[in-house]
Amino acid sequence: MSKLQLKSRSIFEKIWDSHVILTNDEGQSLLYVDRHYCHDGSFHAFDMLSESGRKVLRPDLTFGIPDHYVGTKSKDRQDFADDERRAVVETVEKNAAEFGINLFGLDDPRQGIAHVVGPEQGLSLPGLLIVCGDSHTSSHGAMGAFAFGIGASEVAHVLATQSLWQLKPKAMRITITGERSFGVTAKDVILGVIAHISAAGAVGCAIEYAGPAIASMSIEERLTVCNMSIEAGARAGMVAPDQTTIDYIEGRPFAPIGEVWDEAVTYWETLPSDADATFDHEVEIDIGTLSPTLTWGTSPEDAIGINDIIPDPNEESDLRRREEKQRSLDYMGLSAGSSLKDVPVDRVFIGSCTNGRIEDLRNAAAVAKGRKSKVPTMVVPGSGQVKAQAEEEGLDKIFIEAGFEWRYAGCSMCVGINGDDVAAKVRCVSTSNRNFEGRQGPGARTHLVGPEMAAAAAVTGCITDVRDLMVES
Amino acid sequence: MQPFTKLSAIAAPFDWSNVNTDQIIPARYLRKSRRHPDYATYLFRDLRFNSDGTENPDFVLNQAAYRQAKILVADVNFGCGSSREGAVFALAAFGIRSVIAASFGDIHYNNCFKNGLLPIRLEEKVLARLRAQLVEQPGSTIEIDLEGQFVVGPDGTKHMFDMDLFRKRCLLEGLDDIGLTLIHEETIASFETRYQETYNWTMPRQG
Repeated sequence: MSKLQLKSRSIFEKIWDSHVILTNDEGQSLLYVDRHYCHDGSFHAFDMLSESGRKVLRPDLTFGIPDHYVGTKSKDRQDFADDERRAVVETVEKNAAEFGINLFGLDDPRQGIAHVVGPEQGLSLPGLLIVCGDSHTSSHGAMGAFAFGIGASEVAHVLATQSLWQLKPKAMRITITGERSFGVTAKDVILGVIAHISAAGAVGCAIEYAGPAIASMSIEERLTVCNMSIEAGARAGMVAPDQTTIDYIEGRPFAPIGEVWDEAVTYWETLPSDADATFDHEVEIDIGTLSPTLTWGTSPEDAIGINDIIPDPNEESDLRRREEKQRSLDYMGLSAGSSLKDVPVDRVFIGSCTNGRIEDLRNAAAVAKGRKSKVPTMVVPGSGQVKAQAEEEGLDKIFIEAGFEWRYAGCSMCVGINGDDVAAKVRCVSTSNRNFEGRQGPGARTHLVGPEMAAAAAVTGCITDVRDLMVES
Repeated sequence: MQPFTKLSAIAAPFDWSNVNTDQIIPARYLRKSRRHPDYATYLFRDLRFNSDGTENPDFVLNQAAYRQAKILVADVNFGCGSSREGAVFALAAFGIRSVIAASFGDIHYNNCFKNGLLPIRLEEKVLARLRAQLVEQPGSTIEIDLEGQFVVGPDGTKHMFDMDLFRKRCLLEGLDDIGLTLIHEETIASFETRYQETYNWTMPRQG
């Protein structure tokens, strides 16, 4: 092969190759990291760094963003659930000062969920390698980046060396064809994908989402899709940058400008997978028949359309799987063979790194407008910027008039860390990403949905097909 | 880090697929110091204990034969979900040194190695056999040899496992991988210079 005949590569391989510092004899590659987001849970890593007497190698590429532990009732530091949680948030602020890293602290109007703030600020760019000590870091792949979650020890490693040892994941392409029918959202698409390939379907893989249904999505929608890649077990999920991506990034605070911008765009245009690139796994999913989707069980793979019936565990051929699915149903207080439609709900949560962006809030507000909530409903914007934008558009008034609580930015009820918990046996319709047992609080029953379906449940007090409340344009 | 070479210990059958890290340690304990003396009690907290704090007698690690287990024999996708390393801190605090599963959540898999815990991948049908033996003979032991990359089940059958050699070496020698990486400090620095010249646009504009 002559030097000019380069091997065809996928976007994932292109980004991987440009970040390899070295590959050792044992096959592990040391990868260079462009962006490192440290949320408030990163205190273990800073402790490890301090204990070993090490410093942050590149504070300019490191961003402290408290989100998990922040209170969402107000910006008042006295309003934390307890002193311990306040201390966790203040620790990231203290560490930022001590190690000289960038900070979007509690008093900063840009503070929010790391996975909302990164793209919004123009920090998460195509072609970058992005890490954060949070599994939903896969979100940033929507910008055309290779982004993945890491553990606390790896966070400490990146802080100290701006690099990370990795074995190359397998490449998987999920091609999404067909047109979304009326009322079907990006959340329904990704829930449908996970139900199709299973919660372990992409273990060890970096997913590229491709096909016309992805190309026609907004960045916010692609962020929702990439966000939940981890729920199928994937290391990362990504979408090749296109004009939609470039238009989204241009003019954002940290994005390049002038000649550097032109250089960046020229490079980004080389990133999409070559036409004859090969993948270790290929999956094609037609979403033409997809309807608004929600989960019935305790794994994100337990998703069905709003008009489907809950599958019977006895149809599982594997005895153990049968028992697990039955256990899920018992936990959720549901029976096989019944419909989820009209099941009464106790509360609703709208927010999270999956669905806490401005488009999500607009879509929820469109359903809430002129209606009243029947159950306690909380709207938590993904960032201070999202909150400000929503207020400029008057969405806050729509929510407040509908009786929804309008909160401050943070992870909130998605993860049950900051005190915004769901009580045992309480049925919560939620726009978050995990319906695990106890995720929103011990014994809490979570149904994952998109923002429109969440708003529909709020104003009817039961699980509802949002299309019945919408006017088709 | 505590090295891992050989282990012969009681193994507990953990017959669930997709065990997630929220189950291994609920989020409300993540704010605790990883050296907190109660850390072992956070492991599988909401499965091991009832809401009144009493033990759930049905949970495998509460059964007399398995209380001293140092090995878990699980199934597919163990440790999926959240990246929380607290899941490994809790396993380690309880005394678990190895988890055998058909597959692992990727992040959890990596986290294990950082804490002297060995995650081993074996085929599903082998795991089913091992779990059946552990149920039939509660309290029986499994032998693990990392150097030789094999597991010996309660019935004496030897099962080889694959793993990457870098992680194996780190675990055998108990190496601190930040220290190992810093051997390459100059290579990283020269890469960085070249990288930033080539991809100037990657630098955040504000900051």
